Amino acid sequence: MKNLIKALAFSLVTVVSMSALASSGGANLDHANNDLTDKESLKNGFKTYINYCLGCHQLQYQRYNRTFKDLGIEEADGVANYMYTGEKSGDHITNTMPKKEAASWFGTAPPDLTLEARLRSPDWIYTYLRSFYMDDKRPFGVNNKVFKDVGMPHVLQDLQGVSSIDEHGNISPAMGGSLTAEEYDIVVRDLTNFLEYVGEPSKLDREAMGVKVLIFLFVFFIISYFLKKEYWKDVH
Amino acid sequence: MLANFMAWMDKRLPLTDAWNKHLAQYPAPKNFNFWYFFGSLAMLVLVNQILTGVWLTMSYEPSGDGAFASVEYIMRDVDYGWLLRYMHSTGASAFFIVVYLHMMRGLMYGSYQKPRELLWIFGMLIFLVLMAEAFMGYLLPWGNMSYWGAQVIISLFGAIPVIGDDLTLWIRGDYVISGATLNRFFALHVIAMPLVLVILVFLHILALHEVGSNNPEGTDVKKPKGSIKPEDQSKFKFHKQYTDKYDIVDAIPFHPYYSVKDIMGVAGFLILFCWVMFFAPEGGGYFMEAPNFEPANGLKTPEHIAPVWYFGPFYTILRVIPDKLLGAIGMFSAIIVLFLVPWFDRGVVKSVKFRSKLHLLNLIQFSVCFIVLGVLGTLPATPTANLIGTIATFGYFGFFVALWFYSKNEKCKPVPERVSH
Repeated sequence: MKNLIKALAFSLVTVVSMSALASSGGANLDHANNDLTDKESLKNGFKTYINYCLGCHQLQYQRYNRTFKDLGIEEADGVANYMYTGEKSGDHITNTMPKKEAASWFGTAPPDLTLEARLRSPDWIYTYLRSFYMDDKRPFGVNNKVFKDVGMPHVLQDLQGVSSIDEHGNISPAMGGSLTAEEYDIVVRDLTNFLEYVGEPSKLDREAMGVKVLIFLFVFFIISYFLKKEYWKDVH
Repeated sequence: MLANFMAWMDKRLPLTDAWNKHLAQYPAPKNFNFWYFFGSLAMLVLVNQILTGVWLTMSYEPSGDGAFASVEYIMRDVDYGWLLRYMHSTGASAFFIVVYLHMMRGLMYGSYQKPRELLWIFGMLIFLVLMAEAFMGYLLPWGNMSYWGAQVIISLFGAIPVIGDDLTLWIRGDYVISGATLNRFFALHVIAMPLVLVILVFLHILALHEVGSNNPEGTDVKKPKGSIKPEDQSKFKFHKQYTDKYDIVDAIPFHPYYSVKDIMGVAGFLILFCWVMFFAPEGGGYFMEAPNFEPANGLKTPEHIAPVWYFGPFYTILRVIPDKLLGAIGMFSAIIVLFLVPWFDRGVVKSVKFRSKLHLLNLIQFSVCFIVLGVLGTLPATPTANLIGTIATFGYFGFFVALWFYSKNEKCKPVPERVSH
């Protein structure tokens, strides 16, 4: 019995060390440190998304009014300030970009981003949007360190400015943008935060419910333990 | 009122009798330990899967065009849809965790030995159907890993000589995995497989109650009639089906003793289950794989196609064998040998507690190999991984071969007549 437990413990250690090996292969990502409870950040991210991303990337599984509700935006306010193309507030967040033509413009049609944060992780999005650099060989004159030869232009270039890359793969600080590096990081963090929210709008509800359920279960466990003990008095 | 109703019912259906025979007067050995929780927990998870499955089906759309979007509809627009979906997806992994531990229990305490061979076989059939059920269910979210995982596994059947290609065509219902495949997998996942599963679970329990439960010491709590002095017999009342044929020792009625104990087990299990479900429903990318958050795309292969973790051990065995047909045979053999454990083991002593050191070591190396195979199944195939996988594959099959050889004349400790505590 003890040996079996030892064996299982040994295998667990193997599992952990092997999966550590497996996960160390990925590129080093910066930490977004975004905060889903920060409504202002989410609203800013939403705004940035509408202004810079939605033209190409839909959020086809997410509705406007759900987003308004979760982000604490009054519906009338939301319709006036976040919806530009005359949809109804119950509509999904979509655009009218024709897929076939888009594929010929960019090499591949811009993907839907509703689940991007779950597909690639918030840290990936945060790092990706801060990893563009000039590359004359690419159609839009930019390349990306995290997503090599990406078809997308650097849409936030006006904000960030342009960077170059040296032979060691280090990206130089961006020059000529309307924002400072710190301000740009905040814009990207807010956008990342918004995309994490959109990936799973019920995440905060889920965790809040989880706390209540676990508290209940701990109490239930203690009661069931004493109930068992009481019944089993006649066995011994 | 209730008594009258029960009397009326009992004249028409043996309700009270069945209750007594299988619960209130069923003799269960009094020394069940931690490992004996997992049978009832497997039942709990089965009920969870069926109930959440029913409600998911109400909003899910089984079509190539609509499946992925309908899952996101459940996650966003259906009230508590996210909860139902996570209960179901976490439940799938939990099912395999408890079933693997339940099987490990059977191996440790010799619960497959005579007279429990058929009980073991029903259990193995449940495991087999469960794997088919999980495999088909994994296609339904219609994510990219659903698609490519199914592609890899179905293509295995193509390795069968002569009929292979036609067989894969027949399984898919199309030349590639498509909406047609999704539809038939949906039908099998929500109707055919659960039905078979429930029937098999029923037979598993019926067979268990016919031969009686084993226990950690592998002793028999049902002694020949008249062999035990009345004062040494169990003081509890058992159903006459058992007491007519046997003298019962060291046993207690399942209900209320094990029902309250299992409730405690359920509470403990639910703490872990809810912990994962509410705070890490992706299970670190093992319960829900990241590429599955992208819709199925036949033109875009995920960087690394990994089956869900619970298929890992069998997938590794498939992968380390260089030939496709032999690999598939190896993989299926890994399951067939489990069916045959009652005949590989020629010993008479059941519990590892009283068997040889060699048997203990064999069990340990088997568990280690199984876990290593499982981990490798989720990792990319590198030469090192293949080497370790090959060794673990030998260890896996070696367990059964070695068992057959040493169990014939194994040096065991004497098994006590009675449960020792």
